[in-house]
Amino acid sequence: MSLRNVGLVYRKELLESLRDRRTLMSTILIPLLLFPVLAVGIGYMGAELIGQASREPSTIMVLGGADSPEVVQGLGEVKNLRIVPTVPDYVNLISNKKVRAVVDIPPGFQAAIARGERTAVKIYIFSGDLKSSFGAARIEKFFSEYRDTTVRRSLTAEKLPESLMKPFDIKQENVVSDEKVAAETFGGLIPYLVILMCMTGAMYPAMDLTAGEKERGTMETILSSPISRTHLVLGKFLLVLTASLATAALSVISMGASFWGLQHGPALEAAQSGDSTFVQLHIGLGAVLSVFVMALPVAVLFSAVLMTIALFAKTYKEAQSYLTPMTFVVIIPAVAAMLPGIELTPKLAIIPILNVSLLCKELVAGTYHWTFIILIFLSTCFYAAAALFIAVKMFQRESVLFRS
Amino acid sequence: MIQARGLSKRFQDKKRGEIRAVDNVSFTCQPGKIYGLLGANGAGKTTTLRMLATILEPTDGTALVCGHDIVEQPEKVRACVGFLSTATALYPRLTARELVEYFGRLNGLDEATLKKRVDDIFNRLDMNGFRDRRCDKLSTGMKQKTSIARTLVHDPPVMIFDEPTLGLDVITARTITAFIRECRDRGKTVIFSTHVMSEVEKLCDTIGIIHTGKLLAEGTLAQFRDQHNEQDFEEIFVKVIAPRYVPAETD
Repeated sequence: MSLRNVGLVYRKELLESLRDRRTLMSTILIPLLLFPVLAVGIGYMGAELIGQASREPSTIMVLGGADSPEVVQGLGEVKNLRIVPTVPDYVNLISNKKVRAVVDIPPGFQAAIARGERTAVKIYIFSGDLKSSFGAARIEKFFSEYRDTTVRRSLTAEKLPESLMKPFDIKQENVVSDEKVAAETFGGLIPYLVILMCMTGAMYPAMDLTAGEKERGTMETILSSPISRTHLVLGKFLLVLTASLATAALSVISMGASFWGLQHGPALEAAQSGDSTFVQLHIGLGAVLSVFVMALPVAVLFSAVLMTIALFAKTYKEAQSYLTPMTFVVIIPAVAAMLPGIELTPKLAIIPILNVSLLCKELVAGTYHWTFIILIFLSTCFYAAAALFIAVKMFQRESVLFRS
Repeated sequence: MIQARGLSKRFQDKKRGEIRAVDNVSFTCQPGKIYGLLGANGAGKTTTLRMLATILEPTDGTALVCGHDIVEQPEKVRACVGFLSTATALYPRLTARELVEYFGRLNGLDEATLKKRVDDIFNRLDMNGFRDRRCDKLSTGMKQKTSIARTLVHDPPVMIFDEPTLGLDVITARTITAFIRECRDRGKTVIFSTHVMSEVEKLCDTIGIIHTGKLLAEGTLAQFRDQHNEQDFEEIFVKVIAPRYVPAETD
């Protein structure tokens, strides 16, 4: 084994890749920009839209209420509520978003309350429509305050303490570390991202260094040099692996920076000033590093498999048509690991990709099951070694290199 | 020196079954001589030369190149061979200098020797004007010179040219033929394939006519002319292959 020759091929491929706009785009630019654009862009946009919706007055309609003037007048005085005249086809108006919510006050509402009888107000909404939910919330808030005022008045009349309205509070308190909370919320996302980006990063160079080389006519040139085909394939493989890991690392850095930006930027304030809740992301560096260690054999596996498949193609386009379906092969187990309820078992621990995805979810949560870690690391290394062996063998086959 | 002994190559094709691309071909190329392998498209020229350059492995038979067996010692064979064809393209994103240096290093040259060799070749081929220009920005003529520099960088004793002038304009083609002559004059063993009769007449010391994978005839130009009582080599070629002629498919 001449490491010098492997290194020569690697350095040459690296130089060529760094000069290739398409490689730079897929390996560096896209992973760096994807998350700021997705997280910050969509985050800002979402916060802006929510903020805008929360500031906008809600157009509502009142059904009934002729015998409850105090309630109707009170509704009319609520800030950001605009009452429109009553029409019979209010359902259409709601579904066409002309009216955001309709409140139905039953006949004799005020009188029933005064008598201490139980009654109900209905709010008709467009479920799922944000502005409709804002309108409904404003109406609900008004009635809730009206109810409290009524109860308070009755208690005062009976000379009873106000605390009877709410004799005790119920509070929920999180006792688990921030890391575990983040892992439960985003736990599946980081391994999914790392695995997907390992694949995305490897894909373009794998095609360029095999089918692309055939298409450009340089395969015969390099095969006529004294370098052995094993050294050649190993040099190329190392470049594909580098691209795969670089893409994954840059994606995680970019995602981390995007989340940091979200948590410390105006988007968070905007989101918090609205009615939405914002989940804080606390994932330790150690967890991210351990995900990377587990992703290493996965990146080896992807690089070798993608290179082997792309080598069969005669042109770059043909290679693309072979490799695109591979994305689904990777995404399905990676997404499956994110589903709630799926947990590591000895059987799942030997299914490639799914095993690493599930394990990484645990690693992010700070849980280290060493038996599974060793089993999964070794089994993935085995698959990766087998894939690399096949890639080396394929490079020896004339029927593959000179397929016509 | 090249000594081909019973070289054969069979391919499996799903539609056509077994194809004998090269069938029991034997010949010898001497140092300081040019051996021309002449044949129509699909005759087996490219496959023969690819086997000699160890890009393909023979199904049967073998050849000795500089005393190394092409089956047993393919890497040693490649180290003493310069292989040039229209299919051996250049890496588009490397400069002419980087490309030649890369192949020099792959051939095991140390940095001092490599620098001296590259400077020498670039001066000789008048390539200094574009040495740091990327190969995808070079003209056809510049690309051919860079390819020549690549084959020469390790100063191989054997040169293999597979239809080196195919698709080139007259001026670029003349650069190649001049280079082939120069290789011979420097004492290298040269084998080249072509289907251009004029190139054969101008360049070759020995001619082998190959058709449907078989070497049908071999000799010097004078021997062919005497034997067939004909001066026009195109007529001689047709006479040799006529008894076996069936339109062949490309290599």
